[in-house]
Amino acid sequence: MRKLYHFNGGVHPPTHKTESTQTPIAQAGLPSRLVVPLHQHAGSTAKPTVQVGDRVLKGQLFGMPQGSVSSAVHAPTSGTVTAIDMQVVAHSSGLADLCVTLLPDGRDEWAPRVSTNYLSTPPEELRLLLRLSGVVGLGGAVFPSDLKLRPGKHKVTTLVVNGAECEPYITCDDMLMRERAGEIVRGAEMMRYMLDADEVLIGIEDNKSEAIAAMQKAVSENNFSRMEVVTVPTIYPGGGAKQLIRVLTGIEVAAGVRSTDLGVQCFNVATAYSAHRAIEHGEPLISRIVTVTGNVQHAQNFEVLIGTPVNELVALAGAKPDTNGHIMGGPMMGVPLPSDHVTVTKATNCIIESSPALFPPPLPEMPCIRCTRCVEVCPADLQPQDLYWFAKSKNFGKAQEFSLFDCIECGSCSYVCPSSIPLVQYYRFAKSEIWANEREKEAANLARERHEFHLMRIERDKQDKAEKLAQKEKAALAAKAAAAAQPGTDAAAIDTLRAQVREIAHPDAGLNKE
Amino acid sequence: MFSPFITHASSVREIMFKVLLALLPGIALYVWYFGPAILVSITLASVTALATEAAMLKLRRRPILPFLKDNSALLTAWLLALSIPPLAPWWLVVVGTMFAISISKHLYGGLGNNPFNPAMIGYAVLIISFPVYMTHWISPQGMGQLELSFVEQMQFIFGGQFPSGVTLDAVSMATPLDTLKTQLHSGHVAADVLQMPIYGYLGGHGSEMVALGFVFGGAYLLANRIISWHLPVAFLAALFATAGAFHLYDASHYAPPLFHWFSGAAMLAAFFILTDPVTSPTTLRGKLIFAAGAGFLTYIIRVFGGFPDGVAFATLLMNISVPLIDAYTQPKVFGKKGNK
Repeated sequence: MRKLYHFNGGVHPPTHKTESTQTPIAQAGLPSRLVVPLHQHAGSTAKPTVQVGDRVLKGQLFGMPQGSVSSAVHAPTSGTVTAIDMQVVAHSSGLADLCVTLLPDGRDEWAPRVSTNYLSTPPEELRLLLRLSGVVGLGGAVFPSDLKLRPGKHKVTTLVVNGAECEPYITCDDMLMRERAGEIVRGAEMMRYMLDADEVLIGIEDNKSEAIAAMQKAVSENNFSRMEVVTVPTIYPGGGAKQLIRVLTGIEVAAGVRSTDLGVQCFNVATAYSAHRAIEHGEPLISRIVTVTGNVQHAQNFEVLIGTPVNELVALAGAKPDTNGHIMGGPMMGVPLPSDHVTVTKATNCIIESSPALFPPPLPEMPCIRCTRCVEVCPADLQPQDLYWFAKSKNFGKAQEFSLFDCIECGSCSYVCPSSIPLVQYYRFAKSEIWANEREKEAANLARERHEFHLMRIERDKQDKAEKLAQKEKAALAAKAAAAAQPGTDAAAIDTLRAQVREIAHPDAGLNKE
Repeated sequence: MFSPFITHASSVREIMFKVLLALLPGIALYVWYFGPAILVSITLASVTALATEAAMLKLRRRPILPFLKDNSALLTAWLLALSIPPLAPWWLVVVGTMFAISISKHLYGGLGNNPFNPAMIGYAVLIISFPVYMTHWISPQGMGQLELSFVEQMQFIFGGQFPSGVTLDAVSMATPLDTLKTQLHSGHVAADVLQMPIYGYLGGHGSEMVALGFVFGGAYLLANRIISWHLPVAFLAALFATAGAFHLYDASHYAPPLFHWFSGAAMLAAFFILTDPVTSPTTLRGKLIFAAGAGFLTYIIRVFGGFPDGVAFATLLMNISVPLIDAYTQPKVFGKKGNK
């Protein structure tokens, strides 16, 4: 048995996973239209490469990565681009972002696909391939995978593959591991090759015995001797990258530290699967597995094209009439969707239809009694009651001093708080205030610099003008003096000067003349 | 709506209720050994606490019902009532409770914001202002020179009248802790003094059983994870160690450590007073330091101070140090502890 490590705290919310694991992954099929955001990943928005009216093939590029942190976006099926405009996207802010709207033609016709033999391809090229295939972290952070596969200052010894899936209700990784374990492990092996890691540890929580069995079978069938499936205890947030790395390797990755600098890297199982699809089959990331659960008739996992409207997806599972909202993600860290007209993105792992019975409104907030239940469950070893105090009193400096930015917003503290204080909301508020302050400070600095430059320029122009004026006056005076000294030579002198200039400008012309 | 969308069912009200529940075994044994008068003071304190709480919430323009239902005022009332001699005029309980709730709780900002344990503030005010009433404890049944019926007790509590020829001194006694102090002053040896029948097996006939009742209730709180073990263990260990050291140094003048555990309010403090989350540190190391300090100070005040017990002042002195203790015992956060 491998020695497993422990992290502080964690909670055991009811898992509600069996509801959506009764039937295999179903194909969601073609929706009436697809709205594909060009910003589905961490970093900069992809630059559109199609125009309204274009006919595109499945897998054709919609957007090119722009800047160092970015990823590509592709057409999920064949059809016609009907709009490239701002639309409300799947984000709790309800803000609009640049999206490509595609009207499917129903033929689902692929663009040419090329398989790549990864063993004969330099990692550098494989990384570019992943970037252009739009492969990003499907565990939730949607960070471009190619960047995480770059060699760092230190050699990566351990590649952690995250199949823990600790959030209640979500089963997309579980079902993917049960049904497509072979492609996951081959994708993980490709990643191991690119990182030149010594070992691959696939962490799966012990409540997913079928997934564990399938993955173990896949590892042994493929004879990956440096790969091991490790069963980890079921605890929330044990599937957080930092927590899983800790449990499997004992290494604690502090906030703001790159895990590669500590010799470890972590990918979600679905990301490994997508990397395999991209390299082995030449298929960019245009679909993903989404759990549709909660207040629905048949909770189930679907393979969904990116850009599928949420309302069309949940209709497949049969939303019940008393549904009062839609949560993207799990009940611990998920975000409420602004409406069900938004579309599935690469970050959409789960849609939970909510109802007052499933998620009753929180009790009224009471004062903190410093009971420290939050301290007991905090996986980041923070003092949530102190952070709450500082956030509430807007003492942001003190909040930072007490490691506010080490908070991973897992929600365990809010989950156990007997005073029903929405602690995570306070931390989000404090963080956004601090960011806003910093931006303001930067903007003020920039404005000050601009203003100083502006003053400097005015001063410089003034001096220039004065100098020019002085020169002009001097020249005029000199000319006057010269004219006074040699009257009548003006015209002759000018002619000579013109001839000289002509000669300098066209020396050959002068020669030819002769 | 925002995440997390689910919560674990628990509330301040439930926590406080469980603490009240945990006090019941001790109170039952109190009634068994000392008669039902304590129930009268608990009721009196409870009514006063709720009325004061409601009045203060109204003055502070806070929602009254949710806070009245949180059981925290009741807990303060019960703890204070248990610290006051049951045979005391009704207004003593009322004044102490009113002071505890209005001054030491609400003037500091109400639930969650009071730096001092309200019940101990109430006790401190009473022992300084009315030392006579606060030091005449009811004798355990079958031990007093003269025993009053329950009706006669009520007549004294509410009317200030004893049956003719009876004085407060005649129906009450000094606590075992007090008796030991006066007996030692008059030249007796600790071992001999502790042979007196009022000392029972461990720390005082009757009162030691009440203390055991509190231990029982404390075990329930520990099992339900309402309190952490750090506070009672550090308090009792420090009290034991200090008492043990003095006892080893001079057994004729210093009582054995077990006596100090089971007399006075030591067990009440260990499981119910120091464990008040609002007025104790939040870090684990801080809890150990806080409770150990309280244990040490309790002994020092008991043995060398002028008050019958040291728990209240030890608690208040340590309450005042909580912000400092918390500031200096911050644990290292994830990733900054040094790996593995």
